[in-house]
Amino acid sequence: MPRMTLVEAVNHALAQELERDRRVRVFGEDVGKNGGVFRVTDGLQARFGEDRVFDTPLAESGIIGTAVGMAVYGLRPVAEIQFAGFTFVAFNQIVSQAARLRYRSGGLLSVPLVIRAPFGGGVRTPELHSDSVEALFMHAQGIKVVIPSSPYDAKGLLHAAVEDPDPVLFLEHMKLYRSFRQEVPSERYTLPLGQAAVAREGDAVSVFAYGAMLHVALQAAEQVAQEDGASVEVVDLRTISPLDEECIAQSVSKTGRAVVVHEAARAGGVGAEVIAVINERCLYSLLKPVERVTNPDMPFPLPSVEDTFLPNPARVAAAIRRTLEP
Amino acid sequence: MPFPLAHCIHQVLAPDGKLVGAAPDLPADQLFAMYRWMVYGRLYSDRMVALQRQGRIGTFGPLNGQEAASVGLAWPLQPADWLVGSYRELLSYMVKGVSPLALAETYRGYVGDGYALDAHCLPYQIVLATQVLHAVGIAMGMQYDGKPDVVVGVCGDGATSEGDFNEALNFAGVFKAPIVFVVQNNGWAISVPRRQQTAAEYIAHRGPAFGMPGYVVDGNDVLAVYQVVQDAVARARAGDGPTLIEALTYRLGAHTTADDPKKYRLDDELGEWTARDPLPRFRTYLMNQNLLDPTADERLHEAIAAELQSLVETLEAQPPQDAADLFDLVYAERTPQLNRQRADLLAELGRE
Ligand SMILES: Cc1ncc(C[n+]2csc(CCOP(=O)(O)OP(=O)(O)O)c2C)c(N)n1
Ligand SMILES: [Mg+2]
Repeated sequence: MPRMTLVEAVNHALAQELERDRRVRVFGEDVGKNGGVFRVTDGLQARFGEDRVFDTPLAESGIIGTAVGMAVYGLRPVAEIQFAGFTFVAFNQIVSQAARLRYRSGGLLSVPLVIRAPFGGGVRTPELHSDSVEALFMHAQGIKVVIPSSPYDAKGLLHAAVEDPDPVLFLEHMKLYRSFRQEVPSERYTLPLGQAAVAREGDAVSVFAYGAMLHVALQAAEQVAQEDGASVEVVDLRTISPLDEECIAQSVSKTGRAVVVHEAARAGGVGAEVIAVINERCLYSLLKPVERVTNPDMPFPLPSVEDTFLPNPARVAAAIRRTLEP
Repeated sequence: MPFPLAHCIHQVLAPDGKLVGAAPDLPADQLFAMYRWMVYGRLYSDRMVALQRQGRIGTFGPLNGQEAASVGLAWPLQPADWLVGSYRELLSYMVKGVSPLALAETYRGYVGDGYALDAHCLPYQIVLATQVLHAVGIAMGMQYDGKPDVVVGVCGDGATSEGDFNEALNFAGVFKAPIVFVVQNNGWAISVPRRQQTAAEYIAHRGPAFGMPGYVVDGNDVLAVYQVVQDAVARARAGDGPTLIEALTYRLGAHTTADDPKKYRLDDELGEWTARDPLPRFRTYLMNQNLLDPTADERLHEAIAAELQSLVETLEAQPPQDAADLFDLVYAERTPQLNRQRADLLAELGRE
């Protein structure tokens, strides 16, 4: 089985989709000859032609707006927004158009559109390149939000996203693009959207994370397990919307304690929603208040102090330990 | 510059109905059908306003004064072509095959699933100019499929100030998409006059700036609108790219039933444009051509009034919208969350 980075896994999945279905078209800024600023679409234009893989004018609303038209027409557009922070420019086309056409048309029309965008801290980018925007789209209705944490998941989830009849925002964490390789089957496979995965089993406390923060959570869990002998469960949410409430409730019903980790700001974030799910579904199993480890409620931290602000294993471990106190 | 700036306003019929240009080669039955739709649009619009006043439908945007542009822009389209407009293009949509009842259902607040899919119209949407990008995307899809089909994308003069309108022109120009943009310049965007949207003399002048021809047409002259759109559609079909057309027209009514134009509009302007009303203009022409006489015209009005009466009866005889249906319109399949929220609602309504 080939070992791939996340960039390679996404590239591989895109190539397979282009090969499998002529309705699939990949486009965005610099995705053609340049193969994307992170090389995610490397070689695709040469292989599939300029009709299938192409550069657009630099206009995010235009990219998504035309993609909506193509999707309604019957194509399967896979649009790239160069950095997730620039989805703000396309917010209307994503939230009030792509995500709403099914509703507006009484279910007659659908928008099978995948929007890929890199995001995430730890890579010292200029302003707005690293922003975590997922909670804004979690609050939108009619769009799914997927954030893979590994090459294997990225491929399976991307295939599922292209197949999905509804719009999917597929957020790729920049820090994970090349941070590790993993065995990834060459064959096409799908992982269901809307399902979390237990990344580490345990029965004393549940830690919920996604994207690069999953790995921070896993390191923290390992540390607490080794040093304190505690059995820490780590859940990779994988799909932010719709959240896998069943998995969250099951885990917390078992452990009675929970920590949520994300690098997005705290207020109104995914962590708040996870806590609401716990409140609705298994409040009485809780033994301690749920902890949130997140960026503060400020714009994404400047590169020079990024490491101070981003949740790190020590901070997550401390939260886990507070939660584990009797 | 590859495309000249439009300097003249294309016109076939003078406001008094006299022929001042070369009339398009349309058979008598088509000319009559055009007129029929124009009358239908006027009476439909009046009927909807009346229904709103009685609280029988929600907010409605009348199209009075824009019948010629509305019919002319849709007339050249074939069934496989798409038409993507705003709330103002209800009559264009009817010409393209969306049933008047389906539109009335949306005004009454029903789920908008009455559009015939093969009419190839996107449900009108509210965020100004946004739909014009969808229109370009559809055209790019047709081009990709190698189809000879085209799209007409429509918005108002106010909407041309939105970024999406300009992005749409730009994408269409760059990809040479088979699309015709029609701007229904009715002089106003609610209370904001056209001159506050752009310092340019004509919106159509943006065509050459985006690498496509721009034309200005008398929007109250159905034959002139038909002609320029027909030419542009033929060019798009032949693979010669997009065109921007500005139809100069006027909103004789209020912006919507929630608006009072007396607050901002001068009476002489209204008088001036009433004299240029597209309906009497075309009626006079048809009568001069012996294609219509006062008796036939009266019968037509009566027939349409009866049709509208039965449409309203059908509309109001429908069972109320089932609130539970809405849960099925968010995603192709209800999420577990929506399933639970739906069950909660049904329980509250005592239905489960
Ligand atoms: C993005 C956006 N901004 C504001 C509005 C509110 N609004 C609805 S219609 C309208 C005026 C539109 O004028 P125009 O484009 O000329 O079309 P018309 O109503 O004259 O047909 C405004 C401001 C809106 N629907 N969408
Ligand atoms: Mg207007």
